[in-house]
Amino acid sequence: MEMNSAQRIEAGRQKVWEALNDTDVLKASMPGCESFDATSENTFEARITAKVGPVKARFKFNVNLYDIDPPNGYTIVGEGQGGAAGFAKGSASVNLTEDGAATILSYKVKANVGGKLAQLGARLIDGAAKKMADEFFGNFIAIVVGEAQASGESKELKQDTTAQHSGLPVWVWTTAVIVIAAIIYASFA
Amino acid sequence: MAENGVGASVRRKEDNRFLIGKGNYTDDITIAGQTHAVFLRSPHAHATINSIDTIAASAAPGVVAIFTGDDLAADGIGPLICGVTVTSDDGQPHRAPVHPALAQGKVNYVGDHVAVVIAESLSQAKDAAELVEVDYGVLPAVTNTATAADEGQTQIHEVAPGNLCFNWPFGDKAAVEEVFTAAHKVSSLELINNRMVTNPMEPRAAIADYNAGTEEITLHLTTQNPHVHRLVLSAFNQLAPEHKLRVVGPDVGGGFGAKIFIYAEELVVGWACRKVNRPVKWTADRTEAFLSDAHGRDHVSTAEMAMDENGKFLALRVMTRANLGAYLSTFGTMVPSYLYAFLLAGQYSTPLIYSEVKAVFTNTAPVDASRGAGRPEATFLLERLVDVCAADMGLDPVEIRRRNFIPVEAFPYQTPVVQCYDSGDYHAALDKALVLANYGSFAARAEEAKSRGKRRGIGLSSYVEACGIAPSAAVGQLGGGVGLWESAQVRFNPTGNVQVFTGTHSHGQGHETTFAQLVTEQLGVPFGNIEVIHGDTAKTQFGMGTYGSRSLAVGGVAISKACEKLIAKGKKIAAHALEAAEGDIEFADGNFTVAGTDKAMSIEAVAFNAYVPHSYPEGLEPGFDENAFFDPLNFSFPAGTHICEVEVDPDTGEVEIIKYSAVDDFGKLINPMIVAGQVHGGIAHGVGQALLEGCRYDSEGQLITASYMDYAMPRADNLPSFDIDYAPTDPPDNPLGVKGCGEAGAIGAPPAVINAIVNALGVKHIDMPATPETVWRAAQSV
Repeated sequence: MEMNSAQRIEAGRQKVWEALNDTDVLKASMPGCESFDATSENTFEARITAKVGPVKARFKFNVNLYDIDPPNGYTIVGEGQGGAAGFAKGSASVNLTEDGAATILSYKVKANVGGKLAQLGARLIDGAAKKMADEFFGNFIAIVVGEAQASGESKELKQDTTAQHSGLPVWVWTTAVIVIAAIIYASFA
Repeated sequence: MAENGVGASVRRKEDNRFLIGKGNYTDDITIAGQTHAVFLRSPHAHATINSIDTIAASAAPGVVAIFTGDDLAADGIGPLICGVTVTSDDGQPHRAPVHPALAQGKVNYVGDHVAVVIAESLSQAKDAAELVEVDYGVLPAVTNTATAADEGQTQIHEVAPGNLCFNWPFGDKAAVEEVFTAAHKVSSLELINNRMVTNPMEPRAAIADYNAGTEEITLHLTTQNPHVHRLVLSAFNQLAPEHKLRVVGPDVGGGFGAKIFIYAEELVVGWACRKVNRPVKWTADRTEAFLSDAHGRDHVSTAEMAMDENGKFLALRVMTRANLGAYLSTFGTMVPSYLYAFLLAGQYSTPLIYSEVKAVFTNTAPVDASRGAGRPEATFLLERLVDVCAADMGLDPVEIRRRNFIPVEAFPYQTPVVQCYDSGDYHAALDKALVLANYGSFAARAEEAKSRGKRRGIGLSSYVEACGIAPSAAVGQLGGGVGLWESAQVRFNPTGNVQVFTGTHSHGQGHETTFAQLVTEQLGVPFGNIEVIHGDTAKTQFGMGTYGSRSLAVGGVAISKACEKLIAKGKKIAAHALEAAEGDIEFADGNFTVAGTDKAMSIEAVAFNAYVPHSYPEGLEPGFDENAFFDPLNFSFPAGTHICEVEVDPDTGEVEIIKYSAVDDFGKLINPMIVAGQVHGGIAHGVGQALLEGCRYDSEGQLITASYMDYAMPRADNLPSFDIDYAPTDPPDNPLGVKGCGEAGAIGAPPAVINAIVNALGVKHIDMPATPETVWRAAQSV
C-alpha cells in the first residue's frame, strides 16, 4: 500500500512540531494505546489494543526513526505484530513546511501487510488507512488549533511539551495509527 | 439394453443420501474423546525460524500437546515425497528439496506449517496457537514464475541452484530450428496460464484414531485415492505399517485433483493421535484451503509455429517456465512435463515439435494437478497460437484447423511427442460444433450487436487430451513410482444381490451409479440390487484411485473383467445344475440357458448354488466372488471442438457468454446425464479460469487472493445454458469403448472463451483471467 497526502494545519510550524512531540497530544489523537516507550534513542515500542466491530486485537509495534531533521521531518520505519491477524511493516516520510502562518504536513507512507491481513484485507487496506489517517489528523488538528485559539489556557500543556524534547514524534503515531487501523479493519471486514 | 443399463440416463443413486442430509463427510465424523488440531502457519513467504517458544501456549486452557518439526524428526516421521522423477538436461534427476511436514528451521511460503496445537476444543487450540511465539528472520521472497530462475534471485533451496527444479527439453531442437529458418511464415505468441486455486466445495479434513490394543491407526480424510494415501504414508512417511493403517475416504465433496496428494496435515494428525493417545481432528477453514491446498497451472510460455504457404503446420517450438511452488507436491513434477509437453501436438499433424520446460521453485504454495493437469496448459497455448496463425495467414480459424487436423484414416496416430492417439474424427466434431453454434450466421449477429454498441466475438477450441491414466510400463519408463492399473471385486451375496468393490474413489463423479449400470448391463442383475463400495482400505482391495478421468476407462474395465470371470464360472455351475455340457451354456440378460432349449437358470440361482454347493461341479471352488485387475494398453484420447460466442461491452469491459457449444468424443457413454453434468462442470471450471479466477501473490509472497472476496469463482450468472453434443469414435484399446469425460470442459473451454474475446476486440491476445478491467484496457488499445 502507498499513500501520499497532506494536511493544512492553522498553526505555526514550531507549534505543530512541538505538539507532534507531545505524547499526550498524540495519545489523545489516537485511542487504544496502552504504552508507548522509548527502548533506545529513536527507537520505540508501542502496544495498542484496538477493537473494530466484533474483533479485538493487540498489536506490538517496533518503530525506528531515521533522517531526523527538526522541525522539517523524519523517516519512520516500523513493524507491528498482531498475533493471528498477521503483521504490518512500513515506512513513512513526513515533511513540515510553512505556509504563511499555517503549516502543511505532508506524508508519504509505504506499508506492507502479511498473514491474515494480506489474505483477507489486501483490497481494503487503502480505504481503511485513508479513513484512519483522516480521523487521526482530525483529532490532532482539533487539539493543536484549539490550543492555538486559547493559548493562555494551554500553557501547561505547552510546558509539558517543551520539557519533553525527546518525546514521541507524530510521524510514529501517524504511521502506527494508519497501519494498525488498516490491519484491524482488514482483519474484521 | 438392460433397464438402467449402459446408455441410460439413470439418476444418481448417491444423490439421495446427499439430498436428505445423510452424506458422511470427514468433518461429520466425531469420535468419543476427540481432540482438535490447529496448524500454526507461517505469515512470511520466506524466513528462517530462529526459535519457537511454546511455553505460554502449552499452559493455555485445554491444550493437550504442541508439536514442532523437531518432534516429527525425533520419531522419524516424513518428509513428504514427490512420486515422479523428471530427468533434467544435465542428466540428473530433478532437484528435490526436503519437504518436512512441520518446518525445520525455515519456512518457504505463507501458510507453511510451523507447529500443530492440539487441544480439547477447536477454540482452545486456536487461542493457544496465538500464544506460540516464533522468532522469524525474514528473507526476501521469490514469487515471479518468469524470473524465479534468473541470476541474482534469492535462493530458496540449497539443493536447487538458480531455483531450478528441472530444465526438461523434449524433441529435436536442431531439426525444428532448421524448419523455422526455411519456413514461409512463423507465428508466435507469449502467454501465461494463470495460477488457480482448485477450490473443491468441501475443504480438506482429517480425523485420526489410534487403537492401542490393535496398534492400528484409522485415518479418515478427504482423499481421491485412499490406498495411495496409505501406501505413501506407510512406506515413505513411516506413519505405520500398511497393515496397521486404515485409510478411509468417506463422502468427499469434490476433489478436482487437490485431494490426490499426501499433505502435511494428514500425516501430522495421523502421527499425533498415537502420540497423545486420543483421536485428533483437523478441518481446514477456507483461508487455510487457499493457503495450503496444492494450486494449479502457473506457466509463462513462448510458442512459435512454422508454416508453409498454405498455412500447414511444419514445426512447433514451445518454451515454458512452470512454477512448482516452494516444495514438490506428490505429483508436481509430472504436470508441466509429461502431462503437458506430450499433448502439444493437439489435433494437428505437425510433424516436428520441440519444447523446453524450466520448472522453478518460488515462495508460494506447492503446485500440482488441478482438473486437466498439464493438458489445459498445452491446449490453451496451442489453440491460442493456432488462432494467431490463422490471423497471420489470413485464414478463418476453422479453415486453418481443417487444413492441419490429423485425418480420420490416420488413426491410431503416432504423434511426434510420445503419445499414440487411439481414435478420433476431428473433422466430424468440428462440423457438428459449427452447426450447433450457428457459426455460419455469426457475421449477422456481430453486425446486430454492433448496432447496440457491443462487440461480438466467436472462438473455437479443438482440444485433445490424454485420459485413462495409465499403462503401468509407460508410467515406469517416465519415472513414475507407481503402476496405474485399477482393481475391482464383484461379489454376489448368497441371496443374489451384488457388491462391487472398486479401487477408484467417487467424489462427485457418480461412480456408484455408472458402475452399477455397467454391472446390470453385463450380469442382468437388477440395478437396485447392486451396491458399489469404495474408499476404505479395510473394505476394498488395493486400488489407485480417481484422477485423470481414469475411473471408467480403467476401473470400469476391471469391473467388467471381474464380471466376465463370474459368467465363466457361472457357466460351469449352470452346466452342472442343468445337466448340460459347459460349452452349450449361453449367458444373456441374467440367465444361463442351454443353447437351443428352454432350460435356464438365473444368475442369482447360480450364486446361491455356489454358496450352498450341495450339488456342485467336482473340483470347482465354492463361492461367487471374483476380482480383476486391469492395466490399460494405452491412454485414451477424448477430443472435441468447443465454440464460444461472447458479447463484450467496450465501455465496461464486461464479457457475456451468449452461447457455448461443445461437441466431444468420449467414446461410448454409459450414463449420458452424468456425462453432461461432467461436461457442464468442466466448462464452468474452464470459464472460471478464462474470465474470473486468478491466484495472486504480491512481491513479498503474501497471498492476496485468499478468500472469495478476492478470488472469483464462476457462478450461474456467468454461464449460459450449454449446448452439448457428441461425435463418438470407438477407441480400439479400451475394452468398454470409453474414453473419460471429467476434465474435457476445463481443458477445452479456456481457449474457446479467450479466442472469442480476442475475436470480438480485434486484438492479438489477452491474458487470463479476462476480467472487465483487462478487457476494457484491451478494448481501449484498438
